[in-house]
Amino acid sequence: MNEDYIHIVLADDDEDDRLFFTDAFEELKITTKVQTYNDGVYLMDYLNSEDAILPNVLFLDLNMPRKNGMECLKEIKANEKFADIAIAIYSTSASEEDIENTFIHGANIYIKKPDNFKKLKKALSEVVTINWQYHTSGLNKDNFLLRL
Amino acid sequence: MKLFVKFDFNAVCTKVLTEKLDALDVKYNLLGFGEVELLEKLSSEKYAAFTNALSEYNIEIVENQKSILVQKIKDTIIDMVFNEETIVNVKTSAYLADTLEHSYGYLSNLFSEVTYTSIENFIILQKIEYTKQLIIEGNLSLTEIAFQLNYSSVAHLSTQFKNTTGITPSAFQRIITKRREIQQNN
Repeated sequence: MNEDYIHIVLADDDEDDRLFFTDAFEELKITTKVQTYNDGVYLMDYLNSEDAILPNVLFLDLNMPRKNGMECLKEIKANEKFADIAIAIYSTSASEEDIENTFIHGANIYIKKPDNFKKLKKALSEVVTINWQYHTSGLNKDNFLLRL
Repeated sequence: MKLFVKFDFNAVCTKVLTEKLDALDVKYNLLGFGEVELLEKLSSEKYAAFTNALSEYNIEIVENQKSILVQKIKDTIIDMVFNEETIVNVKTSAYLADTLEHSYGYLSNLFSEVTYTSIENFIILQKIEYTKQLIIEGNLSLTEIAFQLNYSSVAHLSTQFKNTTGITPSAFQRIITKRREIQQNN
């Protein structure tokens, strides 16, 4: 029915996590296009490049070498050009402090990395569906907070 | 010699439409008032050919009716949620069916097909969005918000808020307040 696809980007230094992530999206019924980057520097280089197609949803791992997720988040939020991107933190940390801190700095979604593939698919599907609602139903994105 | 003819526009158009649809070799229902239900999916080539064939007669396909109807469902729900009268007194399924003149079952299936979510979930999402807005405005307590949005109790609203967003209403309020402080300092 919907011809458009949703453009997803993930920055994560763990190869297995990147693979699970890409596989999970392939199995969802929503059409997505997924690109992955190995750390924050590669990610920001891509986003700042002139011909970059900005993602609808950007997933950020928190612990990455060279430039971590929090640094990326702050850079992205400081740049008007990226205002339309929904930002999802995708991390193994479940510390309340980390979670609240990322939300305060402008993240829309916080996902604790699930321990199995089925849960991962469910979580990603939920993220994409709700994000789609914000996108298509004119909801106020400043109030978009989701924790899974 | 002069002849006078009398024609029935509706019959003429229906005849044209029927011929062109038959030529497409798809199953369809004519619903009247310019509404056609296709019972199978149309390839984009066939769709283009059909549009072309109709344009000869200046007949245009107005819009994808499904998207229009889904938009109407959304608008109706939003009106209903944001209106104090309806949210308290009206049963959603009956209200949608009456307003949009389709059965609730039809509307519900169509909605799920197009939006990847159900009408029920969409209503919850809208109510939670409204709650967020009222929390941020800060004029009402959560108990008053629960009452205004017709929740049976403040606990029910809190639970639904937590289930939908993963965070509690008070955490939401705290986060938004701190976020604004940071934005103001920048």
